[in-house]
Amino acid sequence: MSLRNAAPEMALTTTIDEVLNWTRKSSLWYMMFGLACCAIEMMQTGGPRGDLERFGMAPRATPRVSDVIIVSGTLTLKMALRARRLWEQMPEPRYVISMGSCANCGGLFQLAYSVCDGVDKVIPVDVYVPGCPPRPEALIEGLVKLQEKIQHEKWLVKKTAPVGVRA
Amino acid sequence: MSLAGFEVEVQRESPHGLVTEDMTLSMGPQHPSTHGVLRFVVRADGEVMREAVPDVGYLHRSIEKIAEKVGWHGFLPYTDRVDYVAAMFCNHGWAMAAEQLANIEVPRRGEYCRVIADELCRLHSHLLAIGSTAMDIGAFTPFTHAVRERENLNDLFEELCGSRLTFHYMRIGGVGWDLPPGWGDKVLHFLDRFEPMLEEYDRLISHNKIFAERLADVAVISAQDAIAWNLVGPNLRGSGVRADVRRDDAYSIYPELDFDIPVGRGEMGTLGDSFDRYAVRLREMRESCRILHQCLEKIPDGPVIAKVPRTFKPPAGDCYVRVESARGDMGWYVVSDGTAFPHRCKIRTGSFAAISVIPTVSRGLLLADLVAVIASFDLVAPEIDR
Amino acid sequence: MLEPAAVHERLRDRFGDAVGAELVGRARTLGCRVEAARLIDVMRMLRDEPGLGFDCLSSLAGVDWPARQAIEVVYVLHSYHLGHWFAVRVETPRDDPRVPSLTGVWPAADWNEREVYDLLGVVFEGHPDLRRILMPEDWPGHPLRKDFVEPDEYHGIRTSRPSPLES
Repeated sequence: MSLRNAAPEMALTTTIDEVLNWTRKSSLWYMMFGLACCAIEMMQTGGPRGDLERFGMAPRATPRVSDVIIVSGTLTLKMALRARRLWEQMPEPRYVISMGSCANCGGLFQLAYSVCDGVDKVIPVDVYVPGCPPRPEALIEGLVKLQEKIQHEKWLVKKTAPVGVRA
Repeated sequence: MSLAGFEVEVQRESPHGLVTEDMTLSMGPQHPSTHGVLRFVVRADGEVMREAVPDVGYLHRSIEKIAEKVGWHGFLPYTDRVDYVAAMFCNHGWAMAAEQLANIEVPRRGEYCRVIADELCRLHSHLLAIGSTAMDIGAFTPFTHAVRERENLNDLFEELCGSRLTFHYMRIGGVGWDLPPGWGDKVLHFLDRFEPMLEEYDRLISHNKIFAERLADVAVISAQDAIAWNLVGPNLRGSGVRADVRRDDAYSIYPELDFDIPVGRGEMGTLGDSFDRYAVRLREMRESCRILHQCLEKIPDGPVIAKVPRTFKPPAGDCYVRVESARGDMGWYVVSDGTAFPHRCKIRTGSFAAISVIPTVSRGLLLADLVAVIASFDLVAPEIDR
Repeated sequence: MLEPAAVHERLRDRFGDAVGAELVGRARTLGCRVEAARLIDVMRMLRDEPGLGFDCLSSLAGVDWPARQAIEVVYVLHSYHLGHWFAVRVETPRDDPRVPSLTGVWPAADWNEREVYDLLGVVFEGHPDLRRILMPEDWPGHPLRKDFVEPDEYHGIRTSRPSPLES
């Protein structure tokens, strides 16, 4: 019998969920899916001034050991099929940050014939970071938003429908 | 990607009758490297490669077709993305092509601003090249040093044109904005701090035994082969050919500046190996610092941009201009049909030629050497795929 | 170091009417038209003849001219040791473009010809491995042609994105 989303909402179970989420958000290992210009800014963010490591984020080469994939750069149609494959290879819980205009919606390359207009056409995205390329501070803000999202997830506690929403 | 021509060879070499086969590996398109999305289909006998065939096009963003859609002025931001690591040169190339077609002369101060921006961008790019060469070999520290220096350059660029990476600083007829007040002193202050650091990086990296042995005698390319394969820039100069667009086909104000052209000397191994290409980049950074000092001293007053109509319609014709980019001679073949939209824009880049050499050069190398060779050629995927 | 006019004269002396009568282009693209049938002979002469010595194929570009129903391939040649430049142009009909391949003359022609084949559809006869290089293998059409129509979708991914302003 799985414990996932099985327990009622009590002080004990919500605290367990909070602690679990705090450990998860503080140690997000990101897969470097650097495609284009945003990859350079992602590297600069990982460098001494932006310093992603202070958030517990370590760059990983393979999807099998990463928690979050930062799609930075333009996704072409040729690459989109591979992006889907890489995302499927990540173990759950997995998150996607779409960095830059090209990954968000195709950016200035919407005029192109060979570009997939946005990575959310192939994989579901959690956080969109706008910019061309986004500054390191912008990427870090996107990360902090992802951390907030992770903090409010429910693992042990039963998921309930939001109040006022018709099922 | 079809694998036509890749036959599996069965060998019986061992006296005990052990059978070996070649492996076909796919390296990429996602991999932890700064060079971008490249894929290599490698046929290897254990650790030794028989051939590494590149499969490109994963970053083909149809930039050349977009030129035909957005017009002359509107194409300038797209040129940044042709080589985002050294974006100023791409702006410069397109602007020069448009100016040659329409016979526009750039004011002297504008030319000086262009050369200052170009040489700072060359430092920007070579730092990343050297840092990622070291990182691909396995040394992580030089990369963090390079990233730290680039942050200082990013601050300078941000003050100059508002952007850290894709600058869009140059315009047809000149540059977008004049140098901010006090910016020249900031550049000099940066250079005072940076030039001793270059010596420190040289001592840190170049004479490291592991680094030298990983690069020396790997992928030796003779001068004749380099010319026949159309290699340019540090790849060509590493093989001993003293060719540089800034000297041979001097554009802008380069005829008035005093600088040397470093070539490979075969100091760690054979002339034309990967170490020579790396060493040429390191020495070019010193020459760029020299050029920057001269420009900041000699820069005259005046306007920075010529008067260019808003709807730019150069007369029909074609032209071929070259810019000495960080990755070598970047050729822009631009055709105009007299309308407000270019008819054809073809960008000839150094990385395209360099990656086409890899099937020939990779025969007999180890798999780990393939990474060293890619790093020494300083390939970037957007230049290859455009 | 020879001027393009001098190079042109030597070509006319050897090849007569297979070489165009006048110089076309400007600055580095100054050169002449050559018939596709004699292209390889002309290029071999330009490369091997003692005073000419064009050892580098600097640029190979295809240009689509729908108005005159032709595709023009422009070769810009350079000699490193003698320091001169020359451009050769070949015109081929748009509905069946065929040009002899120069891979036997300069190895640099290899990938450049593949690119022109991929984006414009010009078949280079004698090329050892003529297949698509930048577009995916199963892409329909040749994108850089003026009458290219973008497909609506590729492997299930729609190639356009609805604007958030239109709804």
